[in-house]
Amino acid sequence: MISVQNLTKRYGDLVAIDNVSFQVQRGEVLGFLGPNGAGKTTTMRIITAYMPPTEGTVHVAGFDVVENPIEAKRQIGYLPENPPLYNDMTVDGYLDFVADIKQVPGKNKKNRIGLAMEKCGITDVRKRLIGNLSKGYRQRIGIAQAIVHDPAIIVLDEPTLGLDPKQIIEIRELIKNLSGERTVILSTHVLPEVTMTCTRVAIINEGRIVLEESLDKLSEKVETAQNLFLKIGYKESGVKEKILSFEAVSNVSETSSGEFIIQSREGKDIREDLAKMVVGNGWGLLELRPLTQTLEEIFLRVISTEGG
Amino acid sequence: MKAICTILKKELKSYFSSPIAYIVLVVFLVLSGIFFFLYLQSFVGSQFDPRFQFFKERLNLNEFVIRPYLGTMSVVLLIMIPLITMRLLAEERKNSTAELLFTSPLRVLHIVLGKFLASLTLFLVMLILSTVYVIVLMAYGNPDLGPIFSGYLGLFLLGASFLAVGLFASSLTENQIVAAVVSFGILLVFWVIGASSDADSSIMGYLSIIDHFDNFTKGVIELKDVVYYISFIFLGIFLTHLILDSERWR
Repeated sequence: MISVQNLTKRYGDLVAIDNVSFQVQRGEVLGFLGPNGAGKTTTMRIITAYMPPTEGTVHVAGFDVVENPIEAKRQIGYLPENPPLYNDMTVDGYLDFVADIKQVPGKNKKNRIGLAMEKCGITDVRKRLIGNLSKGYRQRIGIAQAIVHDPAIIVLDEPTLGLDPKQIIEIRELIKNLSGERTVILSTHVLPEVTMTCTRVAIINEGRIVLEESLDKLSEKVETAQNLFLKIGYKESGVKEKILSFEAVSNVSETSSGEFIIQSREGKDIREDLAKMVVGNGWGLLELRPLTQTLEEIFLRVISTEGG
Repeated sequence: MKAICTILKKELKSYFSSPIAYIVLVVFLVLSGIFFFLYLQSFVGSQFDPRFQFFKERLNLNEFVIRPYLGTMSVVLLIMIPLITMRLLAEERKNSTAELLFTSPLRVLHIVLGKFLASLTLFLVMLILSTVYVIVLMAYGNPDLGPIFSGYLGLFLLGASFLAVGLFASSLTENQIVAAVVSFGILLVFWVIGASSDADSSIMGYLSIIDHFDNFTKGVIELKDVVYYISFIFLGIFLTHLILDSERWR
């Protein structure tokens, strides 16, 4: 549905994004993850044909955004970082205007507007001035605006920014409901958002894609990592050697006094044996837990190794 | 065409659903009313002035009321029009609604034209309402209608050129005050540019935005004046389009 090839954008000497390539298939929800200033917004602005790339091409539903911007724009619903709202309009009037500029045919217009409002839960404020509505409502109107013309592709730039926790959950639900037939790209720097809403993740840092994988594969990776954390009360010499004597243990490192990180070989669970040994030796077991690699750790690892 | 209409409709709604349009109309009508009254008063006064008794036949409404009135109106427009146009594009940028407009399947030219036509419509309403003074005048006197018509045509073309400059200034910035000051500055430069040369035939004289207006108030509609204003409007719209288009290409 979306194919981005060798995308580069320079603002003068500043390289905002550097040779970025990725694909998004129909029905996928791509989470675009990265620290602030990594180039997420720039990439999205290029995909939505708001600005052209310095180099590279973007195809949206088969249309090149530079060669054929009008057709490409027709396929996309876009929510910029700040929802593009006119404070002096009512919600009804605003969506009517948006439907007009996005060329929704007259006979469908009422229907589409009603549907978009219903989906975003803003039907009860339809007569109110946008300027008087809260941030949560404004964000929803922004999303309603992006889906009013029933686009095949939805691009959302930080859709949950600045919302309270309850609103964040609601918006995430909304995004989940929107996906399915549609292709969604959403950017965020909040990690759990990706695990909750996306099927695929692309991590971008300093203008480069450092990791792009489907979330299923990523969570497999997370689960197979078998690190154990062990904390004991009585420090004796030779603890490390004794733990290493297990066949399944590949590496032991002592992080601080009485604390060990134990790496086991793949697929072997040594927790039971280890506990028995610690108790048997009277080392005073204080803590034993698996260290699962969360997405957060992966994120921090990729952006710090590639970035540094 | 439909796209232009959509933008036009939206802009008009935002002019008339906010106080902007009403304040502009009221201030314009009050100012023009005051000036009209002053010119009329001095005209009536001079009727009884013994200094004028030997050439009373040269005292006429067109020369002594309508013409100075139109001249003053052009100055009022110079100040007011930047205030009408300043929000057109600057506000879109500030509210990041520019992103909505420029990612929707509209051509930039249609957006620019829609906005220009909206401000032109508001300006037209101003002009039409201000003819009420002329109508009052016609009820009590018999001014020559020809120069009034040509004068208003001139005022319309002049104002439309001001609007085009204002639109251009608004495309340069996201700050409305900056837009207003820039358009006022450009207009003032074009206003005084003719004063530096005394020959009417010089290039500076031709470029002056106000020299061309003079003929209209005299009742003369000359092709070169009409062409001047029309090309001024086209240039303004073209430059606005260029700015909006190129800005995102940088």
